[in-house]
Amino acid sequence: MTVPVVFFGIFFAYPVAAIVGRGLRQDGAWQFGALGEVLGDPDIGQVLWFTLWQALASTGLILVVAMPAAYVFARLEFPGKSLLRAVVTVPFVLPTVVVGTAFLALLGRGGLLDDLWGLRLDTTVWAILLAHVFFNYAVVVRTVGGLWAQLDPRQEEAARMLGASRFRAWRTVTLPALGPAVAAAALMVFLFTFTSFGVVQILGGPGFATLEVEIYRQTAQLLDLPTAAVLTLVQFAAVGAILAVHAWTVRRRESALSLVDAAYAVRRVRGTGQRILLGFVLATVAVLILLPLGVLVERALDAPGGYGLGYFRALMSADGGAFLVPPIDAVANSLQYAAVATLIALLVGGLAAAALTRRAGPFTRGFDALLMLPLGVSAVTVGFGFLIALDRPPLDLRASWILVPLAQALVGVPFVVRTMLPVLRAVDSRLREAAAVLGASPWRAWREVDLPLVRRALLVAAGFAFAVSLGEFGATVFIARPDNPTLPVAVARLLGRAGDLNYGQAMALSTILMIVCVVSLLLLERVRPLSRGAGTAGALD
Amino acid sequence: MAGTPRRSDAPRADAQAERDAATSLGAPLLEIEAASVRFADAAYPALGAVDLRVAVGEIVCVLGPSGSGKSTLLRAVAGLQALDSGRVRLEGRDQAGVPAHRRGVGLMFQDHQLFPQRDVGGNIAFGPRMHGATREEQHTRVAELLRLVGLPGAAGRVVSTLSGGEQQRVALARALAPSPRLLMLDEPLGQLDRSLRERLVIELRELFGTLGTTVLAVTHDQGEAFALADRVVVMREGRIAQSGTPLEVWQRPADAFVARFIGFDNLVAAKVADGVADTPWGKLPVPPGSPHGEREVLVRPTGVRLVEPDRGLACTVAARTFRGTHVSLALDPATGPRLEAACTLREAPAPGAEVGVAFDPDDVVVLG
Repeated sequence: MTVPVVFFGIFFAYPVAAIVGRGLRQDGAWQFGALGEVLGDPDIGQVLWFTLWQALASTGLILVVAMPAAYVFARLEFPGKSLLRAVVTVPFVLPTVVVGTAFLALLGRGGLLDDLWGLRLDTTVWAILLAHVFFNYAVVVRTVGGLWAQLDPRQEEAARMLGASRFRAWRTVTLPALGPAVAAAALMVFLFTFTSFGVVQILGGPGFATLEVEIYRQTAQLLDLPTAAVLTLVQFAAVGAILAVHAWTVRRRESALSLVDAAYAVRRVRGTGQRILLGFVLATVAVLILLPLGVLVERALDAPGGYGLGYFRALMSADGGAFLVPPIDAVANSLQYAAVATLIALLVGGLAAAALTRRAGPFTRGFDALLMLPLGVSAVTVGFGFLIALDRPPLDLRASWILVPLAQALVGVPFVVRTMLPVLRAVDSRLREAAAVLGASPWRAWREVDLPLVRRALLVAAGFAFAVSLGEFGATVFIARPDNPTLPVAVARLLGRAGDLNYGQAMALSTILMIVCVVSLLLLERVRPLSRGAGTAGALD
Repeated sequence: MAGTPRRSDAPRADAQAERDAATSLGAPLLEIEAASVRFADAAYPALGAVDLRVAVGEIVCVLGPSGSGKSTLLRAVAGLQALDSGRVRLEGRDQAGVPAHRRGVGLMFQDHQLFPQRDVGGNIAFGPRMHGATREEQHTRVAELLRLVGLPGAAGRVVSTLSGGEQQRVALARALAPSPRLLMLDEPLGQLDRSLRERLVIELRELFGTLGTTVLAVTHDQGEAFALADRVVVMREGRIAQSGTPLEVWQRPADAFVARFIGFDNLVAAKVADGVADTPWGKLPVPPGSPHGEREVLVRPTGVRLVEPDRGLACTVAARTFRGTHVSLALDPATGPRLEAACTLREAPAPGAEVGVAFDPDDVVVLG
């Protein structure tokens, strides 16, 4: 337990505290005057209001769109289901920057809709909402659908036999059983959209800013640290509240449900109603998920001299002027950083999960919640905190390449813990005892008994940590050095510059990033079917 | 089945000789001295100063209800549970500070705890592998043990495809594979169905006889304990209530708890004097040499004899249950608590019938 606590202390709590202190302490005294001043500012009020309502609207929209899909995945059997499941999961591991770019290619200036009907939705809230739906669709489908698949259909049948109509049976039996899962999924979506950065940064334009974007603007552009510190605190409090509610719903979810093997409840599609539902889900997936990604690839290939790899070739040279190095170098940088970040996240997260398995009590529960914090706390704050906290002895890491993987690992750890914890908890301690009695030393018993059982979960956790590290943007944008950009940083920088070449290169680089993420996801899916409950749904439980 | 603790096969005699030799050297294999374990917020200690010795080649069965501390006893011997006080010695060596994997004892877990990710052979080879056996040796040992437990050729099977009885056999083979000096069994037949249990208990006894294995088993099933053990140890609330051969425990339960636990319900308070016990059921004859004074008296169901309605204790038949070999009757006497009687199917009266009851002194036991 010591290693994770120290890790979080140095690389999370300390930088966050440093930035808050830097903002609110002047001449050695706390200045809370800024608090009221900032919160009283109508512009900031506007940001807070927008952050809140877009998160609520996104969450509502996602639930409406994704609930039918949760049902379809849980209860219906149809050809190509596993492929569709993989497609639905893709967006979740895609970096926000890719999502932003893809929607820009679809809805933005010179985008597909612009070409066809002269319709532009970027710099409107619709682009943000749609991108949020795209991004979080899998959260609802996996969390709710995962439970739904295991609900015993005989419960509903019992209600039908007692005289309830089909809908009434669903409403009175299934919905209440799903309630906590829906609440948990909704809260996670709310958390992700509340702290949305990359998507809003790219699609929002000057008119729309979430708290996270505003923190970035205040720190990186206006250098107004006190305001940024206050906003960080506000976000901290909001995220803390959301996580507390989440923990509460998870505890409530532990009420006994009658669960069965998922395969037991699955039926072939029959009847008009089910066909319509399936059609709706397929159409949603096609329009919301496949179309933006397709357009992204199309734009990347749509070079000035006709379709081809022109933009990809342009990535090979440093002539564009956006970087000191050819943008393609970002691929190697990203892969190296993500690999190191994955190792750190596995080490820290694995130790934390092991510690959480062995102990119980309020302290452990608190630690559990603490591990979730980096998911919601402003990545921008963490990144900026790294810069100002880790820049002098004893911890002068500013010039060190390790800073980027450390920040990325911070975001990866919660996924590792969420994935490993249920599996580790499921390992019967008596299996270890059986090994001990047969002559295995404790270390040998761990290697012989625990490791084979958790190996798959470990791989899944590694895959998620890798994908998350690869796509991390908010913190990396601060600390990646100009000569060593990561893929998302390079994409954002290219988008920030005018000209078709830069735009095309951003599309091409996004496509590469997407392919890398999808490949790591596909490797994941290959090991996944045998490790029940791990992965996205497990990660968000 | 119960009450016949005799091993019939020839190798048994060797084991017996070995045991006698060991006993004559005064070196029991396992000695437990004043072992105590107390769990937080428990009403009584899981183990309260328990003393127990197991000789080489002996089969000892600890019998008790759940929560009596019998599993804790096994775990303490295995080194999986630290003692608060007291001592565990194996072959004369104090085991304090010796970790589980160096004690050289085998433990078969209650629900087997087979390693799910390994096949049958991998499970059985685990122990020899931990002890540095070569691949060749492991292979030979696995084949040998699978033959022994009656599953030849099952080495490649996946654990999850095994039936309950097969799992039990594999678990046994796994526990035996490293040749432990003491084999411990925790509810060895607990989850199997009745007929399988009755068959396996005989197989186990034969097997341990052949191998000369020293066994310490725990169970809550008295039939299992009586069929398996050379010696039965009855535990209650962390203490030993009685220790003796199955026949001794069966014939002379130490107290009312033991009597009830092994299935006797005809127990009353009585005043014993001059070969007669004064009970709510009237005056009962007791065997000569019974202790006198305020005592509890047990009447085995076989000692409750049916006589003419107008003679002996007047009773109404409340219920009758067919038990295969006999019929068990629940009788409501005119005075005193309900009585259980055993009779043949032919002489069993119908419920509601009025009967008289007489008591056979050979089946009356004055406790304490």
